[in-house]
Amino acid sequence: MSDDRKALFGRADEFMSIFKRGAEFSKELIAENERLRRKVLELEQQQNFAARDDGEWDKLRTELLMRIESLEEERSSALERLRQLEEENHQFARRYVEVEEENNNLANLYVASFQLHSTLDLSEVVKIVIEIVINLIGAEMFAVYMLDEKTNRLEAVASEGEAVESFPKMPLGSGIIGSSVESGETFCGDPAGSDDYLRPIVCIPLRVQERPIGAIAVYRLLQQKDGFTPLDHELFTLLAGHAATSIFSARLYSQSERKRNTIQGFIDLLTK
Amino acid sequence: MSATHRILIVEDSPTMRQLLVFALKRLKGAEMVEAQDGMDGLRKVSSDHFDLALIDINMPVMDGLKLIRLIRGEDNLKEMPIVVITTEGAKEDRERALALGANEYLTKPIQSNRVLQVVRSLLKLE
Repeated sequence: MSDDRKALFGRADEFMSIFKRGAEFSKELIAENERLRRKVLELEQQQNFAARDDGEWDKLRTELLMRIESLEEERSSALERLRQLEEENHQFARRYVEVEEENNNLANLYVASFQLHSTLDLSEVVKIVIEIVINLIGAEMFAVYMLDEKTNRLEAVASEGEAVESFPKMPLGSGIIGSSVESGETFCGDPAGSDDYLRPIVCIPLRVQERPIGAIAVYRLLQQKDGFTPLDHELFTLLAGHAATSIFSARLYSQSERKRNTIQGFIDLLTK
Repeated sequence: MSATHRILIVEDSPTMRQLLVFALKRLKGAEMVEAQDGMDGLRKVSSDHFDLALIDINMPVMDGLKLIRLIRGEDNLKEMPIVVITTEGAKEDRERALALGANEYLTKPIQSNRVLQVVRSLLKLE
């Protein structure tokens, strides 16, 4: 048999196979058509029966009304659930914002506390206090006062926005700053700003237990900051305790270092 | 594990650097490198690849505006997003920084989530 004949037989087989599949499909279509015809007939009979018989008609109507009522209930229930979900969604969104804010506040407080206790060098501690007041509170003009225990006066040792010499010495117990340090109560006034060195807008007393150490007096906030936030008040409290402790520890460490060096000098002198 | 995004923080205040690192740690796979002034920042950005830089303006040795000008003068750094984080809230300061090539301008005191939002947007993580 030649190749051409083989190809011809092959195509004929292929055609037969397609034709058989087509015939099967046609049979399936006819059967489906028949089934649908029967269904239509059945429905028409039911409708005719109901139309002829008032009892059947009422039954059908009642069934339909009940179904409508049930669908209405389902719709109301779905709408109520949707409303609840929307409310929950709003609650979650509000909670998310609150958590984000808390997270931000805690990060600020953690970093401030971490930095304040990261050194025993007094000048470093004061530098960190200044960084916190500028960067975390957003103050433009402020001074850090230390109490001179001999004279019982508060003296500015560091400042921002004005030269440190500009800030006058304050007697403990008098004026906003002196009273705040003596009482241990943070003073918080109008955030609009003040040019009067004796009347800061915020005074944070620095105390270790009952011992006054100094104060941070803020006179003006950065122009983009228009008021105090809850975080600011948390930072005032943190500074009041932690900055005071850090300054006190750094001073003690510096004194003990000096004493140790003096004693070591004597020992060296005696042993050489 | 290699970092997905490398972020340079140029800021003279250790407190602010720690706060920014703390905030950016929430970005999955981000690696933060710190520079303590403009010159240190320039050295680091010239010798290493960064996907984004956060730059303060008032810094010793070299300020942030000069650093931005130098960065934008380099062909390979023209596209690197720059976010300024500063105490300077005046409109003209903002305009000057943006004109020099900063992509965003944030003023202190900062909100960690705002910094994250800006960084995510510039790194196209949203």
